[in-house]
Amino acid sequence: MPSEKQQEYRDHPANETAEIQPDSELKENVDELTEDLDALLDEIDEILEEDSEEFVENYIQRGGQ
Amino acid sequence: MHRRIYGLETEYGIICTPEKNRSKKLTVQNVVMYLFREIISGRMYPDVFLENGARFYQDIGCHPEYATPECDDIIELVAHDKAGERIVTRLATTAERRMRADGFRGKISIFKNNLDTVGNTYGCHENYLMEREKVSFRQLASQLIPFFVTRQIYSGAGKVKRSDQGFYEISQRAQHIREEISIATTTARGIINTRDEPHADREKYRRLHVIVGDSNMSEFSTFLKIGTTGIILRMIEDHFINERFALRNSVQAIHEISEDIACKRLIELENGKRLSAVELQWQYFECAKRYLEQAESDPTTDEVMARWEYVMTCLEDDPMQLERELDWVIKRKWLETYVNHRSLNWDSAEVRRLDLEYHNIRHDEGIFYKAEKRGLTERIIDDAQIRHAMHAPPERTRAKFRGRFIKLVNNGKVLCGVNWSYIQLYEPYQKLYLSTDPLEPEFEEASRMIYSI
Repeated sequence: MPSEKQQEYRDHPANETAEIQPDSELKENVDELTEDLDALLDEIDEILEEDSEEFVENYIQRGGQ
Repeated sequence: MHRRIYGLETEYGIICTPEKNRSKKLTVQNVVMYLFREIISGRMYPDVFLENGARFYQDIGCHPEYATPECDDIIELVAHDKAGERIVTRLATTAERRMRADGFRGKISIFKNNLDTVGNTYGCHENYLMEREKVSFRQLASQLIPFFVTRQIYSGAGKVKRSDQGFYEISQRAQHIREEISIATTTARGIINTRDEPHADREKYRRLHVIVGDSNMSEFSTFLKIGTTGIILRMIEDHFINERFALRNSVQAIHEISEDIACKRLIELENGKRLSAVELQWQYFECAKRYLEQAESDPTTDEVMARWEYVMTCLEDDPMQLERELDWVIKRKWLETYVNHRSLNWDSAEVRRLDLEYHNIRHDEGIFYKAEKRGLTERIIDDAQIRHAMHAPPERTRAKFRGRFIKLVNNGKVLCGVNWSYIQLYEPYQKLYLSTDPLEPEFEEASRMIYSI
Protein backbone atom coordinates (compact mmCIF):
# COMPACT_ATOMS: atom_id res chain seq x y z
CA MET A 1 0.00 0.00 0.00
CA PRO A 2 1.48 3.32 -0.97
CA SER A 3 2.57 5.38 1.97
CA GLU A 4 1.23 8.90 2.35
CA LYS A 5 4.42 10.34 0.98
CA GLN A 6 4.39 8.18 -2.11
CA GLN A 7 0.81 9.24 -2.59
CA GLU A 8 1.81 12.85 -2.29
CA TYR A 9 4.59 12.36 -4.78
CA ARG A 10 2.42 10.64 -7.36
CA ASP A 11 -0.15 13.37 -6.95
CA HIS A 12 2.42 15.96 -7.87
CA PRO A 13 1.59 17.56 -11.22
CA ALA A 14 4.86 16.27 -12.70
CA ASN A 15 3.73 12.69 -12.10
CA GLU A 16 0.83 10.49 -12.95
CA THR A 17 -2.07 10.88 -10.64
CA ALA A 18 -2.83 7.76 -8.66
CA GLU A 19 -6.48 6.85 -8.44
CA ILE A 20 -7.93 5.73 -5.18
CA GLN A 21 -8.47 2.02 -5.43
CA PRO A 22 -11.37 0.01 -4.12
CA ASP A 23 -10.44 -2.76 -1.63
CA SER A 24 -10.73 -5.67 -4.07
CA GLU A 25 -8.23 -4.09 -6.44
CA LEU A 26 -5.95 -3.43 -3.55
CA LYS A 27 -5.98 -7.10 -2.59
CA GLU A 28 -5.19 -8.06 -6.17
CA ASN A 29 -2.25 -5.68 -6.08
CA VAL A 30 -0.95 -7.21 -2.89
CA ASP A 31 -1.21 -10.69 -4.46
CA GLU A 32 0.64 -9.47 -7.52
CA LEU A 33 3.36 -7.99 -5.35
CA THR A 34 3.81 -11.28 -3.50
CA GLU A 35 4.04 -13.11 -6.82
CA ASP A 36 6.62 -10.61 -8.06
CA LEU A 37 8.60 -11.01 -4.89
CA ASP A 38 8.68 -14.81 -5.13
CA ALA A 39 9.52 -14.74 -8.84
CA LEU A 40 12.33 -12.27 -8.28
CA LEU A 41 13.80 -14.34 -5.45
CA ASP A 42 13.64 -17.44 -7.66
CA GLU A 43 15.52 -15.61 -10.39
CA ILE A 44 18.16 -14.53 -7.89
CA ASP A 45 18.52 -18.22 -6.93
CA GLU A 46 19.44 -18.90 -10.56
CA ILE A 47 22.24 -16.33 -10.47
CA LEU A 48 23.71 -18.16 -7.51
CA GLU A 49 23.67 -21.60 -9.13
CA GLU A 50 27.25 -21.03 -10.24
CA ASP A 51 30.06 -21.05 -7.70
CA SER A 52 29.87 -17.60 -6.10
CA GLU A 53 33.06 -18.00 -4.09
CA GLU A 54 35.12 -18.57 -7.22
CA PHE A 55 33.35 -15.84 -9.17
CA VAL A 56 33.86 -13.23 -6.49
CA GLU A 57 37.51 -14.19 -5.99
CA ASN A 58 38.15 -13.91 -9.71
CA TYR A 59 36.54 -10.51 -10.02
CA ILE A 60 39.66 -8.40 -9.91
CA GLN A 61 40.03 -5.31 -12.04
CA ARG A 62 42.93 -2.99 -12.40
CA GLY A 63 42.16 0.31 -10.73
CA GLY A 64 40.59 2.89 -13.01
CA GLN A 65 40.11 6.61 -12.67
CA MET B 1 16.08 29.03 -21.31
CA HIS B 2 19.32 28.43 -19.42
CA ARG B 3 21.48 25.94 -21.30
CA ARG B 4 24.41 23.84 -20.17
CA ILE B 5 26.31 20.87 -21.59
CA TYR B 6 26.14 17.72 -19.47
CA GLY B 7 28.06 14.52 -20.05
CA LEU B 8 28.61 11.23 -18.24
CA GLU B 9 31.57 8.86 -18.54
CA THR B 10 31.23 5.32 -17.24
CA GLU B 11 34.07 2.88 -16.70
CA TYR B 12 32.69 -0.64 -16.71
CA GLY B 13 34.03 -3.63 -14.82
CA ILE B 14 34.31 -6.79 -16.89
CA ILE B 15 34.96 -10.49 -16.34
CA CYS B 16 34.64 -13.62 -18.47
CA THR B 17 33.63 -16.87 -16.80
CA PRO B 18 34.57 -20.04 -18.72
CA GLU B 19 31.72 -22.49 -19.27
CA LYS B 20 32.01 -25.24 -16.64
CA ASN B 21 35.81 -25.02 -16.73
CA ARG B 22 35.81 -26.78 -20.09
CA SER B 23 37.36 -23.78 -21.68
CA LYS B 24 40.59 -21.87 -21.36
CA LYS B 25 40.48 -18.70 -19.29
CA LEU B 26 40.70 -15.29 -20.88
CA THR B 27 42.31 -12.31 -19.17
CA VAL B 28 40.40 -9.06 -18.76
CA GLN B 29 42.65 -7.57 -21.45
CA ASN B 30 41.74 -10.30 -23.93
CA VAL B 31 38.03 -9.97 -23.25
CA VAL B 32 38.17 -6.22 -23.73
CA MET B 33 39.89 -6.79 -27.08
CA TYR B 34 37.06 -9.07 -28.15
CA LEU B 35 34.56 -6.46 -27.01
CA PHE B 36 36.08 -3.82 -29.25
CA ARG B 37 36.74 -6.01 -32.24
CA GLU B 38 33.40 -5.39 -33.94
CA ILE B 39 33.66 -1.62 -33.94
CA ILE B 40 37.32 -0.86 -34.44
CA SER B 41 37.89 -2.94 -37.56
CA GLY B 42 41.06 -1.71 -39.19
CA ARG B 43 41.93 0.81 -36.49
CA MET B 44 44.93 0.58 -34.22
CA TYR B 45 43.48 1.69 -30.92
CA PRO B 46 40.27 0.76 -29.14
CA ASP B 47 38.94 4.32 -29.23
CA VAL B 48 35.99 5.27 -31.44
CA PHE B 49 33.22 7.81 -31.77
CA LEU B 50 29.79 6.41 -32.55
CA GLU B 51 26.84 7.53 -34.69
CA ASN B 52 25.07 8.91 -31.65
CA GLY B 53 28.03 11.20 -30.96
CA ALA B 54 29.33 9.17 -28.00
CA ARG B 55 32.89 7.92 -27.51
CA PHE B 56 33.70 4.34 -26.60
CA TYR B 57 37.28 3.50 -25.67
CA GLN B 58 39.60 1.51 -23.48
CA ASP B 59 40.58 3.54 -20.46
CA ILE B 60 43.28 3.33 -17.79
CA GLY B 61 43.18 -0.05 -16.06
CA CYS B 62 41.74 -1.77 -19.13
CA HIS B 63 38.16 -0.65 -18.49
CA PRO B 64 35.80 -0.24 -21.40
CA GLU B 65 34.58 3.33 -21.02
CA TYR B 66 31.53 4.94 -22.57
CA ALA B 67 31.31 8.72 -22.70
CA THR B 68 27.91 10.10 -23.64
CA PRO B 69 27.65 12.76 -26.31
CA GLU B 70 27.16 16.36 -25.19
CA CYS B 71 23.58 16.74 -23.94
CA ASP B 72 21.85 20.01 -22.98
CA ASP B 73 18.95 18.26 -21.27
CA ILE B 74 19.11 15.96 -18.28
CA ILE B 75 16.41 13.57 -19.45
CA GLU B 76 18.26 13.22 -22.74
CA LEU B 77 21.45 12.54 -20.77
CA VAL B 78 19.74 9.74 -18.81
CA ALA B 79 18.68 8.20 -22.15
CA HIS B 80 22.23 8.41 -23.53
CA ASP B 81 23.71 6.92 -20.38
CA LYS B 82 21.31 3.98 -20.71
CA ALA B 83 21.99 3.76 -24.47
CA GLY B 84 25.66 3.26 -23.55
CA GLU B 85 24.76 0.25 -21.41
CA ARG B 86 22.82 -1.30 -24.26
CA ILE B 87 25.56 -0.71 -26.81
CA VAL B 88 28.10 -2.35 -24.50
CA THR B 89 25.69 -5.24 -23.85
CA ARG B 90 25.26 -5.81 -27.57
CA LEU B 91 29.03 -5.80 -28.08
CA ALA B 92 29.41 -8.36 -25.29
CA THR B 93 27.02 -10.73 -27.06
CA THR B 94 28.95 -10.40 -30.32
CA ALA B 95 32.24 -10.83 -28.44
CA GLU B 96 31.01 -14.09 -26.88
CA ARG B 97 30.17 -15.41 -30.35
CA ARG B 98 33.62 -14.51 -31.67
CA MET B 99 35.27 -16.04 -28.63
CA ARG B 100 33.36 -19.29 -29.17
CA ALA B 101 34.53 -19.38 -32.78
CA ASP B 102 38.09 -19.11 -31.43
CA GLY B 103 37.54 -21.92 -28.92
CA PHE B 104 36.85 -19.86 -25.80
CA ARG B 105 33.44 -20.75 -24.46
CA GLY B 106 32.47 -18.34 -21.74
CA LYS B 107 30.07 -15.76 -20.44
CA ILE B 108 30.98 -12.09 -20.21
CA SER B 109 29.63 -10.17 -17.21
CA ILE B 110 29.80 -6.39 -17.29
CA PHE B 111 29.18 -4.36 -14.16
CA LYS B 112 28.27 -0.70 -13.95
CA ASN B 113 29.68 -0.32 -10.46
CA ASN B 114 32.82 1.18 -8.94
CA LEU B 115 34.51 -1.62 -6.99
CA ASP B 116 36.11 -5.00 -7.53
CA THR B 117 36.56 -7.70 -4.89
CA VAL B 118 39.93 -6.52 -3.57
CA GLY B 119 39.04 -2.83 -3.36
CA ASN B 120 40.20 -1.41 -6.69
CA THR B 121 37.92 1.36 -7.84
CA TYR B 122 36.89 2.75 -11.22
CA GLY B 123 34.73 5.72 -11.86
CA CYS B 124 31.65 7.39 -13.18
CA HIS B 125 32.60 10.92 -14.13
CA GLU B 126 30.20 13.77 -14.59
CA ASN B 127 31.01 16.74 -16.80
CA TYR B 128 29.42 20.16 -16.64
CA LEU B 129 30.29 22.99 -18.99
CA MET B 130 30.56 26.32 -17.19
CA GLU B 131 31.21 29.87 -18.25
CA ARG B 132 34.69 30.60 -16.99
CA GLU B 133 34.35 34.26 -16.12
CA LYS B 134 31.30 33.88 -13.91
CA VAL B 135 33.03 32.38 -10.89
CA SER B 136 36.56 31.62 -9.67
CA PHE B 137 37.57 28.00 -9.21
CA ARG B 138 38.22 28.57 -5.51
CA GLN B 139 34.69 29.89 -4.99
CA LEU B 140 33.24 27.08 -7.05
CA ALA B 141 35.13 24.42 -5.08
CA SER B 142 34.28 25.78 -1.64
CA GLN B 143 30.57 25.91 -2.47
CA LEU B 144 30.50 22.51 -4.11
CA ILE B 145 32.37 20.49 -1.49
CA PRO B 146 29.58 20.33 1.14
CA PHE B 147 27.08 19.57 -1.62
CA PHE B 148 29.14 16.68 -3.00
CA VAL B 149 29.82 15.33 0.49
CA THR B 150 26.08 15.10 1.22
CA ARG B 151 24.36 14.34 -2.11
CA GLN B 152 25.41 10.67 -1.83
CA ILE B 153 22.31 10.12 0.32
CA TYR B 154 20.35 10.05 -2.94
CA SER B 155 23.05 9.34 -5.53
CA GLY B 156 24.92 6.50 -3.75
CA ALA B 157 24.79 3.03 -5.32
CA GLY B 158 25.20 1.03 -2.09
CA LYS B 159 27.91 -1.39 -1.00
CA VAL B 160 27.93 -4.56 1.07
CA LYS B 161 30.45 -4.51 3.92
CA ARG B 162 31.62 -7.14 6.38
CA SER B 163 28.94 -7.56 9.01
CA ASP B 164 31.28 -6.55 11.85
CA GLN B 165 31.66 -3.22 10.04
CA GLY B 166 27.94 -2.63 9.72
CA PHE B 167 27.05 -4.83 6.68
CA TYR B 168 26.07 -2.03 4.28
CA GLU B 169 27.00 1.52 3.32
CA ILE B 170 25.51 4.16 1.06
CA SER B 171 28.28 4.85 -1.44
CA GLN B 172 30.62 2.72 -3.54
CA ARG B 173 33.08 5.51 -4.02
CA ALA B 174 33.14 7.55 -0.78
CA GLN B 175 35.84 5.57 1.04
CA HIS B 176 38.19 6.10 -1.91
CA ILE B 177 38.08 9.87 -1.58
CA ARG B 178 41.18 11.12 0.24
CA GLU B 179 41.46 14.86 -0.45
CA GLU B 180 39.25 17.92 -0.65
CA ILE B 181 40.77 19.15 -3.89
CA SER B 182 43.09 17.18 -6.13
CA ILE B 183 44.06 16.72 -9.75
CA ALA B 184 44.60 12.98 -9.28
CA THR B 185 42.05 10.54 -10.65
CA THR B 186 43.82 7.28 -9.86
CA THR B 187 45.49 7.86 -6.46
CA ALA B 188 44.58 10.59 -3.97
CA ARG B 189 41.14 11.27 -5.42
CA GLY B 190 39.51 14.52 -4.38
CA ILE B 191 35.96 15.62 -3.66
CA ILE B 192 36.77 18.25 -6.26
CA ASN B 193 38.87 17.30 -9.25
CA THR B 194 40.78 20.15 -10.85
CA ARG B 195 41.06 18.75 -14.35
CA ASP B 196 39.80 21.37 -16.76
CA GLU B 197 39.74 20.32 -20.40
CA PRO B 198 36.80 22.15 -21.89
CA HIS B 199 37.19 20.74 -25.45
CA ALA B 200 35.95 24.20 -26.39
CA ASP B 201 37.00 27.85 -26.28
CA ARG B 202 39.18 27.88 -23.14
CA GLU B 203 38.69 31.57 -22.52
CA LYS B 204 34.94 31.25 -22.48
CA TYR B 205 34.37 27.83 -20.93
CA ARG B 206 35.63 25.54 -18.23
CA ARG B 207 34.62 21.91 -17.83
CA LEU B 208 33.87 20.85 -14.30
CA HIS B 209 34.96 17.22 -14.08
CA VAL B 210 33.32 15.41 -11.15
CA ILE B 211 34.83 12.08 -10.05
CA VAL B 212 33.35 11.79 -6.57
CA GLY B 213 30.08 10.08 -7.55
CA ASP B 214 28.97 6.45 -7.93
CA SER B 215 27.82 4.80 -11.15
CA ASN B 216 24.04 4.59 -11.13
CA MET B 217 21.73 1.90 -12.43
CA SER B 218 18.59 3.78 -11.42
CA GLU B 219 17.43 6.36 -13.96
CA PHE B 220 15.92 8.24 -11.05
CA SER B 221 19.27 8.47 -9.21
CA THR B 222 21.10 9.65 -12.33
CA PHE B 223 18.40 12.23 -13.06
CA LEU B 224 18.47 13.60 -9.54
CA LYS B 225 22.27 13.55 -9.21
CA ILE B 226 22.85 15.53 -12.42
CA GLY B 227 19.74 17.66 -12.03
CA THR B 228 20.47 18.90 -8.52
CA THR B 229 24.15 19.49 -9.35
CA GLY B 230 23.10 21.55 -12.37
CA ILE B 231 20.88 23.75 -10.21
CA ILE B 232 23.62 24.21 -7.60
CA LEU B 233 26.04 25.25 -10.35
CA ARG B 234 23.61 27.90 -11.60
CA MET B 235 23.28 29.30 -8.08
CA ILE B 236 27.07 29.41 -7.70
CA GLU B 237 27.52 31.03 -11.10
CA ASP B 238 24.95 33.67 -10.20
CA HIS B 239 26.52 34.23 -6.77
CA PHE B 240 23.24 33.37 -5.13
CA ILE B 241 24.61 30.92 -2.57
CA ASN B 242 26.88 31.96 0.33
CA GLU B 243 29.62 30.25 2.34
CA ARG B 244 27.70 29.08 5.38
CA PHE B 245 27.80 25.35 4.52
CA ALA B 246 31.60 24.86 4.77
CA LEU B 247 32.44 21.68 6.72
CA ARG B 248 35.06 21.20 9.45
CA ASN B 249 36.47 18.04 7.85
CA SER B 250 34.95 17.23 4.49
CA VAL B 251 36.87 14.02 3.77
CA GLN B 252 35.96 12.52 7.14
CA ALA B 253 32.37 13.65 6.62
CA ILE B 254 32.03 11.97 3.22
CA HIS B 255 33.20 8.69 4.81
CA GLU B 256 30.91 9.00 7.84
CA ILE B 257 27.82 9.90 5.86
CA SER B 258 28.36 6.89 3.60
CA GLU B 259 28.53 4.62 6.65
CA ASP B 260 25.28 5.87 8.15
CA ILE B 261 22.37 4.14 6.40
CA ALA B 262 19.87 5.76 8.77
CA CYS B 263 20.98 9.16 7.42
CA LYS B 264 20.93 10.67 10.91
CA ARG B 265 24.59 11.25 11.78
CA LEU B 266 25.54 14.86 12.47
CA ILE B 267 28.53 16.43 10.81
CA GLU B 268 30.29 19.52 12.00
CA LEU B 269 30.35 22.74 10.03
CA GLU B 270 33.19 25.22 10.19
CA ASN B 271 30.94 27.61 12.11
CA GLY B 272 30.47 25.00 14.84
CA LYS B 273 26.93 23.98 13.90
CA ARG B 274 26.16 20.28 13.60
CA LEU B 275 23.81 19.13 10.85
CA SER B 276 22.89 15.81 9.24
CA ALA B 277 23.40 15.25 5.51
CA VAL B 278 19.61 15.41 5.14
CA GLU B 279 19.44 18.78 6.92
CA LEU B 280 22.26 20.15 4.79
CA GLN B 281 20.58 18.97 1.59
CA TRP B 282 17.32 20.54 2.78
CA GLN B 283 19.18 23.84 3.06
CA TYR B 284 20.47 23.49 -0.48
CA PHE B 285 16.94 22.66 -1.58
CA GLU B 286 15.43 25.69 0.16
CA CYS B 287 18.13 27.88 -1.34
CA ALA B 288 17.34 26.47 -4.82
CA LYS B 289 13.66 27.12 -4.27
CA ARG B 290 14.35 30.77 -3.42
CA TYR B 291 16.69 31.01 -6.37
CA LEU B 292 14.08 29.72 -8.80
CA GLU B 293 11.53 32.21 -7.51
CA GLN B 294 13.61 34.90 -9.15
CA ALA B 295 15.52 33.01 -11.86
CA GLU B 296 14.22 31.36 -14.99
CA SER B 297 13.00 27.78 -14.64
CA ASP B 298 11.87 25.13 -17.15
CA PRO B 299 9.85 21.89 -16.95
CA THR B 300 12.90 19.67 -16.36
CA THR B 301 14.15 21.91 -13.55
CA ASP B 302 10.67 21.87 -12.01
CA GLU B 303 10.71 18.07 -12.15
CA VAL B 304 14.14 17.93 -10.52
CA MET B 305 12.85 20.17 -7.71
CA ALA B 306 9.71 18.06 -7.19
CA ARG B 307 11.66 14.83 -7.00
CA TRP B 308 14.36 16.34 -4.83
CA GLU B 309 11.74 17.49 -2.32
CA TYR B 310 10.02 14.13 -2.34
CA VAL B 311 13.31 12.27 -1.80
CA MET B 312 14.36 14.56 1.05
CA THR B 313 10.99 14.12 2.76
CA CYS B 314 11.37 10.35 2.64
CA LEU B 315 15.04 10.32 3.67
CA GLU B 316 14.18 12.39 6.71
CA ASP B 317 11.50 9.95 7.75
CA ASP B 318 12.73 6.51 6.63
CA PRO B 319 15.11 6.02 3.67
CA MET B 320 13.62 2.56 2.97
CA GLN B 321 10.55 4.32 1.56
CA LEU B 322 12.72 4.98 -1.49
CA GLU B 323 12.94 1.30 -2.45
CA ARG B 324 11.78 2.14 -5.98
CA GLU B 325 13.87 5.22 -6.57
CA LEU B 326 17.40 5.24 -5.19
CA ASP B 327 20.08 2.72 -6.10
CA TRP B 328 21.43 2.23 -2.61
CA VAL B 329 17.93 1.63 -1.25
CA ILE B 330 16.71 -0.59 -4.13
CA LYS B 331 19.83 -2.75 -3.75
CA ARG B 332 19.54 -2.92 0.01
CA LYS B 333 15.86 -3.79 -0.21
CA TRP B 334 16.38 -6.76 -2.56
CA LEU B 335 19.57 -8.05 -0.97
CA GLU B 336 18.00 -7.84 2.47
CA THR B 337 14.81 -9.55 1.31
CA TYR B 338 16.85 -12.31 -0.28
CA VAL B 339 19.13 -12.74 2.74
CA ASN B 340 16.09 -13.04 5.02
CA HIS B 341 14.11 -15.41 2.79
CA ARG B 342 17.06 -17.71 2.19
CA SER B 343 18.60 -17.36 5.66
CA LEU B 344 21.94 -16.24 4.27
CA ASN B 345 24.84 -14.61 6.06
CA TRP B 346 25.83 -11.07 4.98
CA ASP B 347 29.46 -12.17 4.93
CA SER B 348 28.84 -15.01 2.49
CA ALA B 349 30.24 -15.16 -1.04
CA GLU B 350 26.63 -15.32 -2.25
CA VAL B 351 25.81 -11.89 -0.89
CA ARG B 352 29.05 -10.42 -2.22
CA ARG B 353 28.13 -11.91 -5.60
CA LEU B 354 24.71 -10.28 -5.48
CA ASP B 355 26.34 -6.97 -4.55
CA LEU B 356 28.04 -7.21 -7.97
CA GLU B 357 25.10 -8.66 -9.88
CA TYR B 358 22.87 -5.74 -8.94
CA HIS B 359 25.05 -3.76 -11.39
CA ASN B 360 25.13 -6.36 -14.19
CA ILE B 361 24.01 -4.41 -17.27
CA ARG B 362 22.54 -7.46 -19.01
CA HIS B 363 18.79 -7.29 -18.59
CA ASP B 364 18.38 -11.04 -18.15
CA GLU B 365 21.06 -11.18 -15.44
CA GLY B 366 21.28 -7.96 -13.45
CA ILE B 367 19.24 -7.74 -10.26
CA PHE B 368 18.39 -4.11 -10.94
CA TYR B 369 16.92 -5.08 -14.30
CA LYS B 370 15.05 -8.02 -12.82
CA ALA B 371 13.34 -5.51 -10.54
CA GLU B 372 12.79 -3.00 -13.34
CA LYS B 373 11.18 -5.65 -15.56
CA ARG B 374 8.55 -6.20 -12.85
CA GLY B 375 7.86 -2.49 -12.56
CA LEU B 376 9.54 -2.30 -9.16
CA THR B 377 11.69 0.71 -10.02
CA GLU B 378 10.75 4.31 -10.80
CA ARG B 379 11.71 5.29 -14.32
CA ILE B 380 12.48 8.63 -15.96
CA ILE B 381 12.48 7.57 -19.61
CA ASP B 382 11.10 4.66 -21.62
CA ASP B 383 12.74 1.98 -23.77
CA ALA B 384 11.90 3.80 -27.01
CA GLN B 385 13.91 6.82 -25.87
CA ILE B 386 16.87 4.58 -25.06
CA ARG B 387 16.71 2.79 -28.41
CA HIS B 388 16.59 6.16 -30.15
CA ALA B 389 19.65 7.40 -28.26
CA MET B 390 21.64 4.33 -29.33
CA HIS B 391 21.69 5.72 -32.88
CA ALA B 392 20.69 9.36 -32.82
CA PRO B 393 22.84 12.14 -31.38
CA PRO B 394 21.32 14.95 -29.30
CA GLU B 395 19.70 17.53 -31.60
CA ARG B 396 20.78 20.77 -30.00
CA THR B 397 24.51 20.30 -29.39
CA ARG B 398 27.53 19.78 -31.63
CA ALA B 399 27.17 16.01 -31.08
CA LYS B 400 24.53 16.21 -33.82
CA PHE B 401 27.16 17.36 -36.28
CA ARG B 402 29.68 14.75 -35.14
CA GLY B 403 27.09 11.99 -35.39
CA ARG B 404 26.34 12.87 -39.01
CA PHE B 405 29.99 12.67 -39.99
CA ILE B 406 30.42 9.36 -38.21
CA LYS B 407 27.48 8.02 -40.16
CA LEU B 408 29.15 9.08 -43.41
CA VAL B 409 32.37 7.41 -42.27
CA ASN B 410 30.54 4.22 -41.34
CA ASN B 411 28.83 4.17 -44.74
CA GLY B 412 32.21 4.48 -46.44
CA LYS B 413 31.42 7.93 -47.87
CA VAL B 414 34.33 9.82 -46.28
CA LEU B 415 37.48 9.26 -44.28
CA CYS B 416 38.00 11.52 -41.32
CA GLY B 417 39.59 11.91 -37.91
CA VAL B 418 37.16 12.85 -35.18
CA ASN B 419 37.51 14.28 -31.70
CA TRP B 420 35.23 16.15 -29.29
CA SER B 421 36.10 19.51 -30.78
CA TYR B 422 37.04 18.81 -34.39
CA ILE B 423 36.37 16.84 -37.52
CA GLN B 424 39.22 16.43 -39.92
CA LEU B 425 38.20 15.29 -43.38
CA TYR B 426 40.96 13.50 -45.25
CA GLU B 427 41.39 13.15 -49.04
CA PRO B 428 39.84 14.28 -51.25
CA TYR B 429 38.23 17.00 -49.13
CA GLN B 430 41.16 18.01 -46.90
CA LYS B 431 39.17 20.10 -44.44
CA LEU B 432 39.38 20.76 -40.74
CA TYR B 433 36.25 21.78 -38.88
CA LEU B 434 36.88 23.10 -35.43
CA SER B 435 34.12 23.55 -32.87
CA THR B 436 34.75 26.00 -30.07
CA ASP B 437 31.18 25.98 -28.77
CA PRO B 438 29.60 22.63 -27.81
CA LEU B 439 26.20 24.30 -27.51
CA GLU B 440 26.18 24.99 -31.25
CA PRO B 441 24.76 22.06 -33.21
CA GLU B 442 25.92 23.14 -36.67
CA PHE B 443 28.88 24.73 -38.29
CA GLU B 444 27.50 26.46 -41.30
CA GLU B 445 30.28 25.55 -43.67
CA ALA B 446 30.49 22.01 -42.41
CA SER B 447 26.79 21.39 -42.73
CA ARG B 448 26.88 22.52 -46.35
CA MET B 449 29.63 19.99 -46.81
CA ILE B 450 27.59 17.22 -45.19
CA TYR B 451 24.64 17.81 -47.48
CA SER B 452 26.88 17.91 -50.54
CA ILE B 453 28.35 14.46 -49.86
